[in-house]
Amino acid sequence: MKVLLKELAHARSGDKGDTVNIGLFPYRPEDYDLLKREVTSRRVKEHFQGLVRGEVIRYELPNIHAFNFVLKQALNGGASRSLRSDNLGKCFGAAILRMEINIDN
Amino acid sequence: MKKVRIGAGQGFWGDSPYPALDVVKYGDIKYLCCDALAELTLAILQKQRRRDPDKGYVWDVIPLLQMVLPICREKGIKVLTNAGGINPAGAARDVMKLARQMGLQGLKIAVVTGDDILPRIAELQGQGISLDHMETGEKLSSIAERILFANVYLGARPIVWALETGADVVITGRTADPAQFLAPLVFELGWGWEDWDKLAAGIVLGHLMECSAQSTGGNFSGDWWNIPGMERMGYPVAEVAENGDAILTKPEGTGGRVDVETVKEQLLYEVHDPGAYYTPDVIADFTSVRLQDLGADRVFISGIKGKPKPPALKVSIGYSDGYLGEGNIRYCWPDALTKARKAEEIIRKQLAMTGFPYEEIITEYIGYNSLTGPLAWEPGDDLNEVGLRIAVRTKNKSDAARLPRYFPPLALNGPPAASGAGGVAKPRELIALWPALLPREVVESQLRITIEEVK
Repeated sequence: MKVLLKELAHARSGDKGDTVNIGLFPYRPEDYDLLKREVTSRRVKEHFQGLVRGEVIRYELPNIHAFNFVLKQALNGGASRSLRSDNLGKCFGAAILRMEINIDN
Repeated sequence: MKKVRIGAGQGFWGDSPYPALDVVKYGDIKYLCCDALAELTLAILQKQRRRDPDKGYVWDVIPLLQMVLPICREKGIKVLTNAGGINPAGAARDVMKLARQMGLQGLKIAVVTGDDILPRIAELQGQGISLDHMETGEKLSSIAERILFANVYLGARPIVWALETGADVVITGRTADPAQFLAPLVFELGWGWEDWDKLAAGIVLGHLMECSAQSTGGNFSGDWWNIPGMERMGYPVAEVAENGDAILTKPEGTGGRVDVETVKEQLLYEVHDPGAYYTPDVIADFTSVRLQDLGADRVFISGIKGKPKPPALKVSIGYSDGYLGEGNIRYCWPDALTKARKAEEIIRKQLAMTGFPYEEIITEYIGYNSLTGPLAWEPGDDLNEVGLRIAVRTKNKSDAARLPRYFPPLALNGPPAASGAGGVAKPRELIALWPALLPREVVESQLRITIEEVK
């Protein structure tokens, strides 16, 4: 069965130069391993196709049950250089929550 | 064990000053720490300084200080801010003027300079410091003619020096965002500059506090609808012990919520490798952080590990990269999106027919995909209204200014039921950032603290 990531986690994004990062936080600690399996850097890269031109790196923080995704060449050149409405990448955190997650074992 | 309480007063240029007042009134703090600078801010300040050499600092430091200084003086609270932007001396001059007007005789105002290396670029390159782009490796010469500012991220040291001279207000330019928060902890708790774990604890705490309400329930993506009192958020207040353990909270009676979830979101905000968060004073390991709910808007923070400071400092160089021109128009139901798409087609044809020179062009449909672009789902239902926004990057300002003029004729010549065609947006200079590294000695040897007392 598939659910939207929105049902399982919350997220916040921020910018640094042309890079966006997304912190992803499962609501329930027991979903950490599920997200570790499902929300891979490859899938996140696919999800952001068209918006992110560079690589996607995932960092794991089991100490606080969280993941940090770093998305490079993601902001059309960076906040003060970008033509986009969301020039600060504030909506990337919301956008990742649209991923579909397979919750079956 | 020795403890000190610090509070946050500002998270960016444009933040609300009222929560800072609550923090000094009800936070039981000794230091009010303010972060006024985002990466984007220096670009805006540069434009202001170019128009008027007295400008170039974050001017809302003046109304903020006007509001809090009387209480700070009464309670002995010191104020630390990087609102100096790219003109800290100018900020100090105007703060001095304000303090004099307010009759705050004896108040000591310190200013830290030395982060601005714009006048030194040739000298530094002469010493063999390349300032090549730290990510792409490109040569600085490729943008040399277009450089607008160059500011090095400073750490907490010069702020501590200023506190040692007895300053009541410390104004800096570009600092690493958590530096304003780390400095009073080092000063009050007697931390050494090689106490890496303690310095890292101060950095984590500073990072949690530097974006004001973002750790107390603002911009929270969880159950944001349950966050109380967003009209008067409580900014973070921390009680920090000598060993680096801390309790993060907010003034009683203010809005917001402090719990492990709201704190977590801020912990990773604008972080890259959480195992190695680089700052001028220490490399902090965020994978060592332990967070524990104590209830009643209190979170206990402990366990933080740090590694020795990096040998290099980061400089943020801004350079001119063309101009943004944009045009907007809105369409009403029925078929709002189809109309907006037709309007886009018309504009693009006209741009081609008239040979409009642009380097880059983007289209956004407001109400459909302006915030997430290609990730937006094609809307299933007929939208009530859709806005078309076309933005271009041009080499010349005059070309950018011409783009919005293609839009008004659409009202009579294009699809039906349009609005907002009369609004013409001004062109804006685009500033790209060029991060580079340089040996810390060449900057630290040039730092200056100037302290002046209000007469």
